[in-house]
Amino acid sequence: MKFTAEINVMPLKALLDPQGKAVSGSMKNLGLPEITDVRIGKHVTLVVDAPTSESANEKVNVACKKLLSNPIIEGYEFTLHPKEN
Amino acid sequence: MKFGVVVFPGSNCDRDTVYVLQKILKQETVVLWHKDRDLQNCDFIILPGGFSYGDYLRSGAIARFSPIMESVIEFANKGGFVFGICNGFQVLCEAGLLPGALLHNETRKFICRNIYIRAENFNTPITNLIQPNKALKIPIAHGEGNYMADEATLQNLKNNKQILFRYCDENGNITTESNPNGAIDNIAGICNDTFNVFGLMPHPERASDEELGNSDGRGVFDSILKWDNKFATI
Repeated sequence: MKFTAEINVMPLKALLDPQGKAVSGSMKNLGLPEITDVRIGKHVTLVVDAPTSESANEKVNVACKKLLSNPIIEGYEFTLHPKEN
Repeated sequence: MKFGVVVFPGSNCDRDTVYVLQKILKQETVVLWHKDRDLQNCDFIILPGGFSYGDYLRSGAIARFSPIMESVIEFANKGGFVFGICNGFQVLCEAGLLPGALLHNETRKFICRNIYIRAENFNTPITNLIQPNKALKIPIAHGEGNYMADEATLQNLKNNKQILFRYCDENGNITTESNPNGAIDNIAGICNDTFNVFGLMPHPERASDEELGNSDGRGVFDSILKWDNKFATI
């Protein structure tokens, strides 16, 4: 069975996110000073072939821990749903 | 001493490194392709600077899973010498061979210029010939050189004297202004706790040929050769 995972990888809250900081700054120039605390991460989608959703979940976790995120600097979360044809 | 310089797709300091090792230091040097697994009996492996795999995902993250890296990790875990310069340092952190991580520069800018570093521990294979209190002028060229480690890791690095180089001014003073990228404690280079895996953001290979007007980086390579001789004669 095929599942689609929607993964968000975000810099840890404790770390300075220079990209988010720069974008926060430009919100003022845009006339939107109400928008602050921009943080920028990555959104990853992938398809995983697994017999059950538990198994798919496990594989996506391994991919996130080993490659898609670096636990020293980033956290991740994901949702999993059956792939639509 | 036989050196191996790994080439990933996107490496761009491999030839400079080979030039210094072969032409300046007159050492046997081979190039190791990322798809190979054979380290060709090298005594010392260098992961060069560049943008391995386009720096996709995170710098060094994809290179870390290339076939040659499996052999490099095994070699390092057996005590073999591995030295990552710039992107090589990033690869070694991603591979877990060195603690911590390299974040985007605090300014978000790619920085390519000469900076000064000072050695902190003179009893290691890459620093033993460097003069104490001397500020070395070495180029940097990176967008992600902002070294970070959590409090416990940083304390361990300090306790074990694993911090090898720190950014300083031209007189050797460690100051906030002399820190180009925001690295914690001005850290420019570290090693693992068994002193056989090294990482350095600045490029000593770009400052090792007197004809280029700056050979401040030579001490790093001369140290490696001296360390090797020290053990060869025991």
